[in-house]
Amino acid sequence: MSVALLLRLLLPAAVLGLLYALMGVYASGQTLLAAMLLAVGALAIWTYSSPRTGALRYLFPGVAAALVFVVFPMLYTFGLGFSNYSARNLLDFERARAYLLEERIREQGSEREFSLHREGDGLRLLLTGAAGELLTPRFRPDAEHPQDLPLVAAGETLAAPLAMAERVALLPALRALRLRDAAGQVYTLSSLRELAQSRPLYVEAADGALTDQLSGTRYQPDAGEGFYTSASGEQLQPGYRVNVGWRHYARVFTEPRFRAPFLSVFVWTAVFAGMTVLLTTALGLLLAVLLNWEDLRYRTTYRTLLFLPYAVPGFISILVFKGLFNQNFGEINAILDALIGVKPAWFADPLLAKIMLLIVNVWLGYPYIMILCTGLLKAIPSDLYEASAIVGAGPLTNFFKITAPLVIKPLAPLLVSAFAFNFNNFVLIALLTDGRPDFLSTKIPAGQTDILVSYTYRIAFKDSGSDFGLAAAISTLIFFLVAAMSLINLRLMRKTQQ
Amino acid sequence: MAIVRGKQARWRVFAAHAVLWIFLALTLFPLLAIVSISLRPGNFATGHIIPTEISLEHWKLALGLPYQASDGSLVQPPFPVLTWLWNSIKVATLSAFLIVAISTTAAYAFARLKFRFQTPILNSMLLLQMFPPVLALVAIYAIFETIGSYVPAFGLETHAGLVMAYLGGVATHIWTIKGYFETIPVEIEECAKVDGATHWQAFSRVLLPMAVPILMVVFVLAFIGTIIEYPVASVLLREEGNLTLAVGSKYFLHDQRFLWGDFAAAAVLSGLPITLVFLLAQRWIVSGLTAGGVKG
Repeated sequence: MSVALLLRLLLPAAVLGLLYALMGVYASGQTLLAAMLLAVGALAIWTYSSPRTGALRYLFPGVAAALVFVVFPMLYTFGLGFSNYSARNLLDFERARAYLLEERIREQGSEREFSLHREGDGLRLLLTGAAGELLTPRFRPDAEHPQDLPLVAAGETLAAPLAMAERVALLPALRALRLRDAAGQVYTLSSLRELAQSRPLYVEAADGALTDQLSGTRYQPDAGEGFYTSASGEQLQPGYRVNVGWRHYARVFTEPRFRAPFLSVFVWTAVFAGMTVLLTTALGLLLAVLLNWEDLRYRTTYRTLLFLPYAVPGFISILVFKGLFNQNFGEINAILDALIGVKPAWFADPLLAKIMLLIVNVWLGYPYIMILCTGLLKAIPSDLYEASAIVGAGPLTNFFKITAPLVIKPLAPLLVSAFAFNFNNFVLIALLTDGRPDFLSTKIPAGQTDILVSYTYRIAFKDSGSDFGLAAAISTLIFFLVAAMSLINLRLMRKTQQ
Repeated sequence: MAIVRGKQARWRVFAAHAVLWIFLALTLFPLLAIVSISLRPGNFATGHIIPTEISLEHWKLALGLPYQASDGSLVQPPFPVLTWLWNSIKVATLSAFLIVAISTTAAYAFARLKFRFQTPILNSMLLLQMFPPVLALVAIYAIFETIGSYVPAFGLETHAGLVMAYLGGVATHIWTIKGYFETIPVEIEECAKVDGATHWQAFSRVLLPMAVPILMVVFVLAFIGTIIEYPVASVLLREEGNLTLAVGSKYFLHDQRFLWGDFAAAAVLSGLPITLVFLLAQRWIVSGLTAGGVKG
């Protein structure tokens, strides 16, 4: 009962807290995030305050975590795919506009020297020069928040001025100062020794256009591109975030200089995943059959040792291979050099790099298939083999006529999952080759061993430009490919169950 | 099986052993090589796979101790390996703990309570797990950037944020625990309810103590799953002192600064415990692997 009472007391506080957080997020323009917060927050409050939500009380944490960290990022990715969110268009419109309106130009010849004086726990700034001395009230240096201070005629006695070294330490705080004299002129820091009058670089017209005070150029906000743009097409930095519709998708499918590398990355992704599944299955099934053979001794020991590659954390074994395959310092080339006198360039040659990726991935992946097949082999009734022994069939006939057909069917959905996993095997590519060697002469850098996800990662986080919008659009395409694979998977699973 | 074997059988067994030995030699070579490299002086291949002299310099550096080189200069550790290990353990322990807590309660609801859309909810959660978080990295980055501007403790470059990001992947664990709950007879809880226990008491006082083994298994699985996670951690964490082991390790093998020996020691130091835990938990991991696909 006391718990219920406590909950009842906490309820108004929770509602208020949620509303407060919602206001803040919504006001900053993150509509999608605000909607998510509203949905999850309201569900939480209803779940734990209503007496009629028995099962949901237990379910809520898990469901909420899945909603917030799996479903929401997916929806958000779809949304970002239609925006121009990137390093050049990072801010929303209001913040970009405020940034541009903050830019100031210095009035030539208005520079005046200044000195700083300590007073109490604050500072006072004294402007000197022929036009008379001007003084600020006491202020606290604060680099984070811009301060507006009035300037008045000086007449008081001040402490000794601060030394230059102390002034240097205060520079960030001094940059945030805007001093206004009686005539309304604004002084800002122009150098270590001087302040100068300045005025805004851009003046905003009633229709929202910005006029450059030096050149007189008018910049009109362009909601299609996300930039303030002049009549001659000049764009002001920074740009802002806008909806660009299907542009990224159109680019992926129609722009020839983009389509060519994208297509080859896609083809390699499919080949990589397909070959991996094929080779690991062949090897895993072979080993499982071999270890299922009762005449063979030490089978458990073999199985444990063969399982080892799967037990070592992936990020370590991949990096171990990266070192072993190194062209000059790696042990593999040292052995090859000693045996047959070659030192292949595993990382510089595209074909060798691809072969290396497959070797490493088969090493990483065969134990999984082996373990799965071992389980499936146990389920095959042994009288089938007894019958085949009576008609005098050899081991090969047994394998192809009995074992393989009976194992492949339940294995099929798992192989589709393995294909989907390797289709998105980001860790292997990122840690081993990082997508290199790169294609020459592509508009956006792309690597010969990049798979779609690592290519996306590169567009978003690696190369200058950080084109989050384009990366999100490609991610969306991959989502649909994975969804298609899941459907195939479900079909196969249903078939197996029948 | 009562099968008559021909004379060839003995040769076949011998051939099978030979094939397995050769295959094992190739497979285990990287693992044995890395141990030997970690004990070899210097960062470059010397032409011997088995070290001719044993040197503990890389191990000292991996443990954060400076090392006196032969020319008398003091070599400082290149990277804070122990800090990274600690970060990894901290994040993985916290995530695993929270994941167990969240998925246990959800599994209880799925196993014992009746409610609408029971199967669709569970199925859609399992289906969602098919989409790896690496596809939504941009969104995850943007989300934590936004969260950080309101609650800095959960933003980018924080371990709390990373732990939160890991909480989404609970569906498979819910499935595992639900399967175990269903093997425990429901009558025991019903007896407790007859004696006046509420749902919550029946769950926390009766069912949970009986389910401790599976909770430990899920804890280990979640722990390993998060300690080896790379993509999300690499996006959320960038500062050197903040990294987890999975993100930091790759800096040893930079093209211009190839610290092969130092990496080897760090890899053995951090990889060995995880490998051992994995091998111990192998039985359950394997049954978890096959549970989804084969039994349906």
